[in-house]
Amino acid sequence: MDSGLRQNDESSIYGFRQMVTITINGERREFAQAVALAQLVEALGLAGKRIAIERNGEIVPRGQFAAHAIADGDRLEIVVAVGGG
Amino acid sequence: MTRVIAHRSDGVQTSPILLKAPAMKPHENLDPLVIAGKPYASRLLVGTGKYKDFAETRAAVEASGAQIVTVAIRRTNIGQNPNEPSLLDALPPSQFTLLPNTAGCYSADDAVRTLRLARELLDGHELVKLEVLGDPRSLYPNVVETIAAAKTLVADGFKVMVYTSDDPIIAKQLEEIGCVAVMPLASLIGSGMGILNPWNLQIIIENAKVPVLVDAGVGTASDAAIAMELGCDGVLMNTAIAAAKNPVLMASAMKKAVEAGRDAFLAGRMPKKLYSASPSSPTSGLITPAP
Repeated sequence: MDSGLRQNDESSIYGFRQMVTITINGERREFAQAVALAQLVEALGLAGKRIAIERNGEIVPRGQFAAHAIADGDRLEIVVAVGGG
Repeated sequence: MTRVIAHRSDGVQTSPILLKAPAMKPHENLDPLVIAGKPYASRLLVGTGKYKDFAETRAAVEASGAQIVTVAIRRTNIGQNPNEPSLLDALPPSQFTLLPNTAGCYSADDAVRTLRLARELLDGHELVKLEVLGDPRSLYPNVVETIAAAKTLVADGFKVMVYTSDDPIIAKQLEEIGCVAVMPLASLIGSGMGILNPWNLQIIIENAKVPVLVDAGVGTASDAAIAMELGCDGVLMNTAIAAAKNPVLMASAMKKAVEAGRDAFLAGRMPKKLYSASPSSPTSGLITPAP
């Protein structure tokens, strides 16, 4: 994992790690816990940039990144505007 | 276009002599391109792909005078290159009307998803360019998927400018679905082959109640002028400018070509005649009489 999020090395109270595995832009990423989208965006170095996120086929409005936590198996698309005709 | 008609004091209207030049040229103010109720002074729309960097993109867009510029929607890098410059820093939405496209989409679903992301990305912006391609080699539009996507997008509140083939029936159907502009190809995307079927374009223009813009295939300035002379409301291009040896100079040429073509269309060209039989100079007073 190279997202910059700190891995949580402590085991959960159940005695095993509850890794959250999601797919971002087609790439598998693992997280130690179910962070909010806002934290994820920050960890990816995208905070303050003009992006749009689709989570499992649904748009997540930019104002609601803090209110949405990622869940195991999520498929995220994070897009920007690029040059094109 | 406002014409000043000469009126004689006795009330007899003379032929429409232009008494004085209009205060402004038509393309500057009096003759805007109106898309979805919004007027634009420039009838040239440009893409932002294939430039060597954002500085060149910006310089070319400025030289073109375009107010509407297309952008593509793509996955961002996820942490690999955090300081990557952003296109929208070079072309801020406060200065240009950004027209997100669906380039690279091969199904209606894909195109709709892409434009919903674009709308979120651009703060609810509804004006979009729909294109659904049929084949990666020709990039020819898939009109069946295009029509399906157009229906969904129009119902969802988008203002759809739609790239399509030069089929007059499909163009009319897209208009009837509620697209705000119909944009037939002149020739294949990126081909620079110019206007291959002016007759079809003319039929599309004649039948349309929404603006018709040639999108794709323009190679050089004369192609753009011809499109406008045919009566197109505007021209959208990318490669013709970006792939020129001097893109900024070509952008300026395209600006003039679109303006010249528009003026020529408004002016109304003289009819074509096999024999002129009508010299421009007087036939009398020749020092040697005509044979």
